[in-house]
Amino acid sequence: MAETKEKSLSDEKPKPRVRPIVRLGIFLISHSFLVSIVCCTAGVLALFLLPVLAKNTYISENALMPGSASPMLSNQHVSDGNRLVKDLTNPNSKSSETGIESHKIIAQYMLDLGAEVSFHKFHPQMNQFHPLHFFSSPVSGKIQENYSCSSYGINTVGIIRAPRGDGKEAIVLVTPYNALKSGFGEALSLGIAYSVFSLLTQVTWLAKDIIWLVADSQYGEYAAVAAWLREYQTPKFSSLSTPNAEMCPDVNNLFELKGHSISGSKFSNSFRRAGTMAAALVLKVRDQNEQFEDTISIYAEASNGQMPNLDLINVVNYLAVHRQGLRVNVEKLWPLLNSSWLKSLGEIFESLAKVAKSLYPKWKFGIPATEYVEGTATLASSLYYQALGVPTGPHGAFRDYQVDAITLEISPKFSLDKVWRNDILLRGGRLIEGVIRSVNNLLEKFHQSFFLYLLTSPSKFVSVGVYMIAFALLIAPLPMVAASLYVDANSSSNCSKGDSSTPSAITDTDEHGIAIRSWRWLNSAKLVFIVHLWGAIVSLLPYFISQIPDCSPTTSFMIWVLLSILSLLTLNSVLASPLACAKATQEKEWALVKSVTISSVFIGLGLMSVINFATAEIGALLMVPMCLLARPLKLDVRAGTLRSFCRLICNLVLGHIAFPPAAFFLLKGMLDGFGNANVGDFWMWVESLWAWNSATYLFIGMVQLPCWVLCVSILFHTC
Amino acid sequence: MVLLQRPHILLLLIGTHQFLQCWIAFGSVNEEGQKQEEFSEELLLKPLPDHKLLAHFHFQSSGPPSTSNGCHHHLFPKAISQLVQKFRIKEMELSFTKGRWNYESWGGFDPLSSSNAKPPGVELWAVFDVPQHHIDASWKNLTHTLSGLFCASINFLESTATYSTPEWSFPPASGNVRYGTLPCEAVCTENLTPWLKLLPCRDKAGIALLLDRPSLYRGFYHSQQLHLTSTGSSSEGIDSGIILEQTLTVVLQPNSEMAIEVHASEKHIQPSWSLSSIFGKQVSGRCVLAKPSSVYLLLDRGLSAANGLTSENFWSNPSFELSANPDRIFLEESSSHSKSLSILYMFQVEKYCESEPFDIGLMWKVPVAWLCQQTPLHASRFLMGSGNERAAIAISLKSTQFTEGFMSANSKDGSCELRVDVFQVVPWYVKVYFHSLRVFVDQQPRAVSDIIEKIHVSPSKDKMSPGVMEVVLKLPCRVNTAALTIEFDKGFLRIDEYLPDANQGFDIPSAIISFPNFHASMVFLEDDSLNKSPLLSKFQEKCPVMSYTEVLLVPLTTPDFSMPYNVITITCTVFALYFGSLLNVLQRRVAEEERFLKAKAAKKTGRLPLLLSKLSAKLRGRRLEPLHSPPSSSSFINSKLVLKVILVAGLAVGWQYFFS
Repeated sequence: MAETKEKSLSDEKPKPRVRPIVRLGIFLISHSFLVSIVCCTAGVLALFLLPVLAKNTYISENALMPGSASPMLSNQHVSDGNRLVKDLTNPNSKSSETGIESHKIIAQYMLDLGAEVSFHKFHPQMNQFHPLHFFSSPVSGKIQENYSCSSYGINTVGIIRAPRGDGKEAIVLVTPYNALKSGFGEALSLGIAYSVFSLLTQVTWLAKDIIWLVADSQYGEYAAVAAWLREYQTPKFSSLSTPNAEMCPDVNNLFELKGHSISGSKFSNSFRRAGTMAAALVLKVRDQNEQFEDTISIYAEASNGQMPNLDLINVVNYLAVHRQGLRVNVEKLWPLLNSSWLKSLGEIFESLAKVAKSLYPKWKFGIPATEYVEGTATLASSLYYQALGVPTGPHGAFRDYQVDAITLEISPKFSLDKVWRNDILLRGGRLIEGVIRSVNNLLEKFHQSFFLYLLTSPSKFVSVGVYMIAFALLIAPLPMVAASLYVDANSSSNCSKGDSSTPSAITDTDEHGIAIRSWRWLNSAKLVFIVHLWGAIVSLLPYFISQIPDCSPTTSFMIWVLLSILSLLTLNSVLASPLACAKATQEKEWALVKSVTISSVFIGLGLMSVINFATAEIGALLMVPMCLLARPLKLDVRAGTLRSFCRLICNLVLGHIAFPPAAFFLLKGMLDGFGNANVGDFWMWVESLWAWNSATYLFIGMVQLPCWVLCVSILFHTC
Repeated sequence: MVLLQRPHILLLLIGTHQFLQCWIAFGSVNEEGQKQEEFSEELLLKPLPDHKLLAHFHFQSSGPPSTSNGCHHHLFPKAISQLVQKFRIKEMELSFTKGRWNYESWGGFDPLSSSNAKPPGVELWAVFDVPQHHIDASWKNLTHTLSGLFCASINFLESTATYSTPEWSFPPASGNVRYGTLPCEAVCTENLTPWLKLLPCRDKAGIALLLDRPSLYRGFYHSQQLHLTSTGSSSEGIDSGIILEQTLTVVLQPNSEMAIEVHASEKHIQPSWSLSSIFGKQVSGRCVLAKPSSVYLLLDRGLSAANGLTSENFWSNPSFELSANPDRIFLEESSSHSKSLSILYMFQVEKYCESEPFDIGLMWKVPVAWLCQQTPLHASRFLMGSGNERAAIAISLKSTQFTEGFMSANSKDGSCELRVDVFQVVPWYVKVYFHSLRVFVDQQPRAVSDIIEKIHVSPSKDKMSPGVMEVVLKLPCRVNTAALTIEFDKGFLRIDEYLPDANQGFDIPSAIISFPNFHASMVFLEDDSLNKSPLLSKFQEKCPVMSYTEVLLVPLTTPDFSMPYNVITITCTVFALYFGSLLNVLQRRVAEEERFLKAKAAKKTGRLPLLLSKLSAKLRGRRLEPLHSPPSSSSFINSKLVLKVILVAGLAVGWQYFFS
């Protein structure tokens, strides 16, 4: 830093030429205003260009060979599946209040096929906030000691051993099922899974074991799958609480009955395992059907924006579209579909592409405006769900154990009478069969295709190499602006000093002064550090607030805000006086604060982009303009020009938007409408974030909030 | 030849029974009489509870000490005898296996399963009769020889990182054992053909005729073994008799196509089968060189009990029907611990010929359900944990209800203990922390010293030797579940150490769980005729009950295998930068440069070019300026040039746009 400053000072004199790279750096720093404007606009533009730049997906792993074999699922299997659906929807089976009957039916069906069956009893585990357990493996889950006998779920697990396989790997098929209040959709999903399962007991090509997990979703789909996975991957051999649980009469009853009815079969009370999981599919059928054709929705986002291998999505997409004639869609942000500005942007891109194509016929990058709008909506939701860091379905539990998994949700077209039901059973079953067969072909685990990508449509994706550009452009001006601010702050004070003393004579005291001045940034760094410390305290507070019993979200939120302000004031008074600068040299104090703030934001965003890119991208969109524009309001008011007025307005607007709760409510309002916004919603949202161990929570607490506070303090700087 | 053998067998019949109990003794007796090479072929069929059928082919050739006839043999395969002589093998077993033995439904407590259930892939162990320091060299040569002989990649067992030296837990306990496995070896017909070549009749005659490749490999389990025992004095080596046992165990599904159409009520009936329906072939007479050539049908204890068969009524049983009349029926010698007895039906192939081929079939009349006798504890092994850094191996033992009563009968006094030996080899890249060994009995953590009676550990050396753990557990008889966990770190490998398909993961070979207190043997009555049959005499040997656990797949961190390219690129870039700057510094003369600059500054008078160059720099944007400004005189020309180029390009674009 000091070197560059010297260089910039000595630029005017004819001196031995400076290295080009240094020269470039100096140039960029001195023109940081222009650079930052250009880079930021380019970054935002690149983000909007992503749907245009998206590439078509392709199957990268040759071993998958989707659709190369003709489906073997016949009407026989479908009628088997139908039988199970009928038995499950039969009112008699629902009579018992615990839903054990339907579990027995499923287990009996599995046993009849010759599969190994076991029940897995689990106690739902509340997601709790463990401040130190972010990013740690899910092993840390502690079972509550005082659960009652009544609150348990039962997963039914059936395993087919591959007849000629070595049992090293397994494929998991999950169907969530709530025995107490199951809709028809859930029963249908079981029917599909059963028809596939009955086929797979007969086929000879199986190389991996098949596990069919009927997850008891009365305590949530995710909880059931996660509990089963926890038992599968990290079982506890010593359990003091298990004897208590075994005493519950109901469970024993269930196990005893099963043992009696089918002695000498492959039923066992113990937990059964197969090998390392190669992939997992979660199958759901939606109850209501508003679509015009049979569609299948793919949910892929797991915790902290992790995605399954793109090949898995590709296989499903390929088989669904080209073999089974199902329409595939991925999540979209629906409000964006109707926005006119996006449409006009798409039209601009389209016409630009047309011009480019007419100039040189090989330039074919344009896409139709409607497609662009759809792509943007999909991309936005892809970004949003990845940024949220909360898994979009039970498949998220698998990703915690490095297993590629997706959720498939089938929404059938018409009312589910007999013919349509058979049709959906057949097509859904064949799709699942095809996917399982592809994964079964796989010799290695999924590794060929992308793990870091954003989807713009089921068959189009933007890979990390492309979407990183937008982010890099956005944050590129930050270090330059920080450097230029630092140089400005130092040089201006230098100049003011230099006027008084004779420039030629450099005395010892002056050198000493320079040394002190060059270390002045430490003062601002202290302030920034204190604010970040405060951010850490604020993000720890919810843990303590959540301990307060019977607290409504709104009051919790209020307590949080109050405590935060209190802690800020305390820190302020104890450690420093960050907001009021006392010394006389403080003309440019705000510039130094801004410079250090920007550096810390740069570091924070850079780190976050490694952990969860989408969060970093959205955070950069909010924070970069705010950081770059921040300037004491007084200065702008004093200047009174149009430019400063614009800046004033921008600052005020950004200062409001970038405040995390404000941003949340704005987003929520845009998505759901402003009518039902509630203060407590933010608390609930935050609660869900930390319950899912989302890194976004840490980002908001430790990067965005301190940055906002610092920027506001700059805005209200007294100088 | 047959005639020649008669008197010798008569001689034997007169001899005592104890002498004949094992084959080795038989060989030693043989030395006194005429030295004859013998060959026997036998097939044992056994219905399994889960509607499957086990077929166990057993071929045995014995070569007497070869001093009499030099290195020539009549029946005995020369390749094997040379192998034994060259490497001084005392005992050796090689098995090729595909599929998993299902211990729960196919049993684990009979001689058939405890000696023929093998881990998937290749397993090889050998006992050498050479001095300690020669053993490794012999082993290496042996692996290469076997690799060539059986068209398999057994030569990968050559490196010290793949084989181990079990100290005492491995059944043929002796210091000269070497043990190695290749869990991911694919077994197919190319391994079977050389194996068949060792038989005197190959698969052209006799029971081996049944070995129809498609029906064999359609099976659920397929294990092909070669067991060598060299008898006689050890140190001389050359004049020792060799016994070669070749066994092939397959588990087949009789008429699996029809099983689909069978409706629910008939599902419980065992499928009927015949030799021709499961193998697609029939036996048309014996291999003329084979002395005993017989087919057995074994109904194990559970099945005969389920049928209500006892020693009285086994001739007239209602539940099934045999298509051919057995030549003999053997009953198992009643033992103390089980009431029911196994029944063995024997069919002699000699009686049949081309015109009247041998084809035994079994028709079930009523549904029968039974259980095979299982190992005292059912062992399963799995991986725990997630991530690429650490994990743990867990071996869980679960008592099988079947043997519970048996165990309590065995223990009259209160302090009853069940001894379990665990032998586990782990490759070096799975870095096991032996201190993290934990034992849980009935879900309670127990001190390791309470449960483990004896432990032998040889830690792995990187790229040198695998880790070996041999443990003797003393469990209480009433134990329900027991578990053993041990943690490990996943190692990093060099790029050339990864196997092909590294992204699949790496295998941890099966652990061997053996129960030395229990011996699986089947002693049949009417011993006098049994001494002819090597298979049945093998059944009578007391072999410890053993079971193999599953092979585990450990996903290790794999590099991006295009990485070498990236590394080369980045290294080249770094080198270029380094040498570039170094040369730059070396060839620069600072004083000269300053003088040049001064002269230039003195010369510079024109205001206009300076202004223009500044303007052009502004016009052209930010990045170009500093790079092009040092030669200040050329920048003006450059700006002109750029303007011209832009003009021409604009014209071209316009032209293209309006005229296309």
